[in-house]
Amino acid sequence: MGLYIGAVSLGLTYAFLALGVYITFRVFEFPDITVDGSITLGAAVCAILLVHGWNPLLAMVMAVLAGMIAGALTALIHTQFKVNGLLSGILVMTALYSINLHVMGRSNVPLLKQDTIITMLEALELPISREAISLSLFTILGLGIWLLMVWLFKTDLGTAMRATGDNEVMIAAQGVNVNRMKVLGIAISNGLVAFSGALVAQYQGFADVGMGIGMLVFGLAAVIIGETIVGKRKMKWIFLGVILGSILFRILIAFALSIGLNPVDLKLITAVFVLLAIIIPKIIEKVKVKNDLRK
Amino acid sequence: MISVNDLKTVFNRGTVNEVVALKDVNFKVDEASFVTIVGTNGSGKTTLLNALAGSIICDRGSISISGKEVTKLPDFKRTDLIARVFQNPFLGTAPNMTIAENLRMAELRGKRKGFALGLSRKRLEAFREKLKSLEMGLEDRLENQIGTLSGGQRQALTLLMASLTQPKILLLDEHTAALDPKSAEQIIKLTRAIIAQYSLTTVMVTHSMHQAVALGDRLIMMNRGEIIEDISDDEKKRLTVNELFNKFTELRQYEKIDNEMLSMLQDGYY
Repeated sequence: MGLYIGAVSLGLTYAFLALGVYITFRVFEFPDITVDGSITLGAAVCAILLVHGWNPLLAMVMAVLAGMIAGALTALIHTQFKVNGLLSGILVMTALYSINLHVMGRSNVPLLKQDTIITMLEALELPISREAISLSLFTILGLGIWLLMVWLFKTDLGTAMRATGDNEVMIAAQGVNVNRMKVLGIAISNGLVAFSGALVAQYQGFADVGMGIGMLVFGLAAVIIGETIVGKRKMKWIFLGVILGSILFRILIAFALSIGLNPVDLKLITAVFVLLAIIIPKIIEKVKVKNDLRK
Repeated sequence: MISVNDLKTVFNRGTVNEVVALKDVNFKVDEASFVTIVGTNGSGKTTLLNALAGSIICDRGSISISGKEVTKLPDFKRTDLIARVFQNPFLGTAPNMTIAENLRMAELRGKRKGFALGLSRKRLEAFREKLKSLEMGLEDRLENQIGTLSGGQRQALTLLMASLTQPKILLLDEHTAALDPKSAEQIIKLTRAIIAQYSLTTVMVTHSMHQAVALGDRLIMMNRGEIIEDISDDEKKRLTVNELFNKFTELRQYEKIDNEMLSMLQDGYY
């Protein structure tokens, strides 16, 4: 049982990343691999500031800002110099690897003796376990980000961002600077991803320079599971679906590991899962068309 | 209202495909005037429209709209003055967003899109009233995605969006060319109605001589980047489709002679 509670907590911390991936991948149709670097950046900035005795809340704010800068950089390279979107992300992600090492000063920063957002709550001496405190905290944060996202994408600004991803010509004709929208959207996305990193570091008790590898694909898996849960619906249900998708994905992993999956194969299986989720609908469509033609 | 001075633009400069798309074009459009522009392919009519809209920044010359110099402004910075309807019905609206969301964005054309929640019940009611005027039953489909509409419905909606905040000028780029004849007729009717209702200053590029003659109070004919005919007022009223057609035939003959001369010269040269 403890295994699954841990999986839910971890799923909630990664839900922020999944929402960030949703913004770039689905809203802007921009496959943003910066994610692999910015989650580590968020963890690194938060961890090193905690080591230096910063207030955990402030450290997390700084992590978000760092992530937003990384995202803005990718978007600026893409929009201002017309560099292919995927390549822009790869460049920033690669650069971030060195930057993250510089931020941390070494490849791993343990946080076991530092004050974190979780030890802050423990200090309140609530009559519940450490695991329950984490779970409640992440649930509240998850609900908070859900409401915030629903609100943001209902505002005129959020609508303009969605329109930018949907039809650039149309929204430019309404006076929107589409490049600015992309920079803003991708910055927000990576801010969420970095926040995810900051939470994961505090929950797991360390930041590691390799923790970002494959994270975009993990995010995609959560997005795909989430969309499958809620189907084609309004934004608010999709956002909730993505959060639940992240949780469900972690539960599936916990289950697979508990029945003997080799952790080494985790990323392979995730990649295959995402690949299948993308191509199976296309194959079904093809078969349908073939059958229709035969009639 | 619109003043275009010595506008010149060259495509593919310095290559074998160099084309002078606009050759020192001068033209003025009065307020509330409705101009149709005709011309053969490559005559520069669409380039002129794109130059007005800001999709193309011209090499030389100047453009001012409603007294504001816009020559170097990119398209999205001119939208407080200009509304457009494109030839491709898919370009004017965002397919995966609802009719209401599209209308809201159009309502904020040229204005800041901030943190307000734009789609209040009151706004939706106002949109519903506007949509009724299209007589397409769209007023009951505010929450439907644009992707579920037909090309004609989309184009009608784009027209409505263009008129939602009265623009200084309305640019129509062969906006019925991609529609079936019945929808095209419907859209032309709607175009007339909307332009008359708001006395919009309009520039319309068309490939249809019938539209060019029947619509507007002024007709401009372009050829090879130049304005070669400018017909207005009574003369425009008397103009028939046949006469316009003859002008085109004349033009083609000239071009044919030009080409023959050219090949003669080439033959002599080699």
